[in-house]
Amino acid sequence: MHHGLSDPYQPGSSPVHRLAPAVKLAAASGFVFAVVLLPRGTWPAYAAAALALVAAAAASRVPLRRLGARLLVVEPFALGVAGLSLLQRGGVVVFLALLAKSTLCLASIVLLGATTRFSDILQTLARLRVPSLLVTTLALLYRYLYVLVEEMGRMHRARRSRTFVRGRWFAWRSSATVIGHLFLRTSERAERIYAAMCARGWKT
Amino acid sequence: MHIPDGFLDARTALAGGALAAAGLGLALRGARRTLPDRRVPLVGVAAAFIFAAQMLNFPVAGGTSGHLIGATLAAVLVGPTAAVVVMSSVLILQALLFADGGLTALGANIFNMAVVAPLVGYAAYRGVSRLWGGDLRARLTGAAFGAWCSTVAASVACAGQLGASGTVAWDVVFPAMTGIHMVIGVGEALITTLVVAAVAGARPELLDDRTTGAGRVGDRTMVGYGALVALGLAVFVAPFASTWPDGLEMVAERLGFAERASESPAASSPLADYAVAGIASPAASTAVAGASGTVVAFVLAYGLARLLVPRGARGPIPRAGGAHGSAPRPV
Repeated sequence: MHHGLSDPYQPGSSPVHRLAPAVKLAAASGFVFAVVLLPRGTWPAYAAAALALVAAAAASRVPLRRLGARLLVVEPFALGVAGLSLLQRGGVVVFLALLAKSTLCLASIVLLGATTRFSDILQTLARLRVPSLLVTTLALLYRYLYVLVEEMGRMHRARRSRTFVRGRWFAWRSSATVIGHLFLRTSERAERIYAAMCARGWKT
Repeated sequence: MHIPDGFLDARTALAGGALAAAGLGLALRGARRTLPDRRVPLVGVAAAFIFAAQMLNFPVAGGTSGHLIGATLAAVLVGPTAAVVVMSSVLILQALLFADGGLTALGANIFNMAVVAPLVGYAAYRGVSRLWGGDLRARLTGAAFGAWCSTVAASVACAGQLGASGTVAWDVVFPAMTGIHMVIGVGEALITTLVVAAVAGARPELLDDRTTGAGRVGDRTMVGYGALVALGLAVFVAPFASTWPDGLEMVAERLGFAERASESPAASSPLADYAVAGIASPAASTAVAGASGTVVAFVLAYGLARLLVPRGARGPIPRAGGAHGSAPRPV
């Protein structure tokens, strides 16, 4: 499991929360693109970007501890990929620069997620003419993600409490069976969702 | 395999974005033409299903654990076109909501894990299961082999992007990424096959080509997808693979250690012996290592399918319609 699966959104009424989602999305992507395009090793520019980010985080009034915890959860992946650069000559500088850049970008996305509802982001995407099938898929994914994760947790727990696992092969088989049966439930749920959507007048 | 922000240069990020847009656009267009309205909610919930399935940990060794990527599983369960949409949505949500995978690298990540992975996996699955008559054992062999191929193909594309960006030298990143993912691919194949076997055991009609909609994906569409994947690999990997010494020199120059280029930076890495000893040319020995790995993976896939489907139980997958109205089985 790689991200504590709680919705990153932190309700609030700060100026950052009240900003239009399109503006926040544009600001976050602009920030990320700018940081990525900075030449490697321009440390003062990195520091300025970090300062801007800290100012935005302070204005959002989301507890810094929350943002930091989220950042720590996602950081190991950047660390892992950056670690590969240590295997080459002169890799330490590359490693540090990569780490600084990716941390800045991660932090800006963490801040975006903490201050913007995902449904608002979806509405913005729909207004940007992102194809409707993709937006519908994203909306359903977001809506049922937590439902399915919880359902899978219950099935997995029930299975483990009933079977005494002998060795790794059985553990793998029973976990895979849980996933398989989760798909069966998913496809049945999809049929019910389709009926419900039709009843409410949905059309592609 | 999620590339974070800051690891790709602008050129590679743009190329990845263009290829991802082409692949996803092709899939969305195909879905609009062939996906019945009734299946649209399934695509969305299947994306949530893949995301949830990725969170279940499988114990590996010494307290470490791995998890499913799910590209081939998605392609087997909902068909290749929908699988591209499903995997892209998962990656978009992960990038925007959970900061997992970078925003500038989103195109490259979508190309690797949502275009290359499901399409390569599906092509291998469809090829193997068709050549062998489409019974359950052939399908499971195909699913296992497809899952392995898709994991390795995605990692090769990812290594090419990191190499082309000059982030990590190609001859460090290629053996490291591909070598690790040849092993991870075995786990991916095992999970994918066990899940497909569980679905086939309970509701075999769900795997029928007419249910998944895969029957509507013509060979011409598959050729179009294939061309796109090949183009991507050509853009990211060919500069290194075809003119091997030039590619190396280019990376060496960019990283400013051209004077040490004769001494492989990978020599000290634990994966240095990935290339087969005793073959002089590095390109040839890599090719031999890759080919023998593929053969071993195929043999393992077949062995797994035989283990799961004993000789007596070799029936074809029933056609859709028969068991459709049956009550869902309790878990």
